[in-house]
Amino acid sequence: MQSYEDTPLRIGAYEFRSRLIVGTGKYPSMDAMQAAHEASGAEMVTVAIRRIDLGEKGGSLLDYIDRSKMTILPNTAGCFNAREAVATAQLARELLETDLIKLEVIGDTQTLHPDTRETLIAAEQLVADGFTVLPYIGDDPVACAQLEALGCAAVMPLAAPIGSGLGICNPYTIRIIKERAGVPVIVDAGVGTASDAAVAMELGVDALLMNTGIAAAQNPVAMAEAMALATRAGRLAFLSGRMEKRLYANASSPMQGLIGAPTA
Amino acid sequence: MKLEINGEKRELPATEATLDEVLATLGIEAHGVAIACNDRVVRRGEFAQQRIAEGDRIEIVRAVAGG
Repeated sequence: MQSYEDTPLRIGAYEFRSRLIVGTGKYPSMDAMQAAHEASGAEMVTVAIRRIDLGEKGGSLLDYIDRSKMTILPNTAGCFNAREAVATAQLARELLETDLIKLEVIGDTQTLHPDTRETLIAAEQLVADGFTVLPYIGDDPVACAQLEALGCAAVMPLAAPIGSGLGICNPYTIRIIKERAGVPVIVDAGVGTASDAAVAMELGVDALLMNTGIAAAQNPVAMAEAMALATRAGRLAFLSGRMEKRLYANASSPMQGLIGAPTA
Repeated sequence: MKLEINGEKRELPATEATLDEVLATLGIEAHGVAIACNDRVVRRGEFAQQRIAEGDRIEIVRAVAGG
């Protein structure tokens, strides 16, 4: 039952009904990945770009993605500077025939936090080259505003380190980023379970991108469905406008007409 | 000719070739890969025209699982 019709998620020239974007990494099998993708209801899926092993044979990851249902979002994961990221994006565009790119320039191998300076440099070049750029960035309102000013189609702040599953570590900065942004805000990284997804969406962000939270669950297919439900639940709760919090109780049942109450 | 392919030094018997011919020599299917030659992306339709010469650096990539 879907009683409330949400507006579509618009990223550049693209439109999606689902607000959950999923990955292809770390699944126990290709069958599990395909079933999880189906259960997630996602319409966009990330892939990485790597050198082939010379002499390798065999199937392609792309054989397991139904491109009639899924938009592919290639990433520049593993790049440590703007030059590598731009080169990877250009190869991805030719390989996958898409102008979409998840820009990821890593600055530190242990935290996988982005290199903000190199991300900004790469974003500027990629936007000028006609890409629809979705940058992974810290939960930094200034960097997000700068990326938007450069022409990025969305901003994708982390909520916790990639693959950590720590949840939404700083909901206040995520809220500030969303309040100020004129492009979609997509929480990328940190969501570990369904409640994290709901919390993020209740903050008002436009979408979630997750990989490990689904792929590393004991049952990735069930978790994919849980994430889909939580993403939608959080979105609806945000759109509904939650009640105000109070310090003291406020009874839901009337205080008049109680049995045994003295009559006036 | 000596080439650098995906960071590996390779020596091919031919002294000159097109990119198509290099792929055939290496047994690489053009389907499902993208290629840059000396940091410039070669469009898929241009593999048969792209001349490869001594010392060229070739990058051949594909899509893999990732987040």
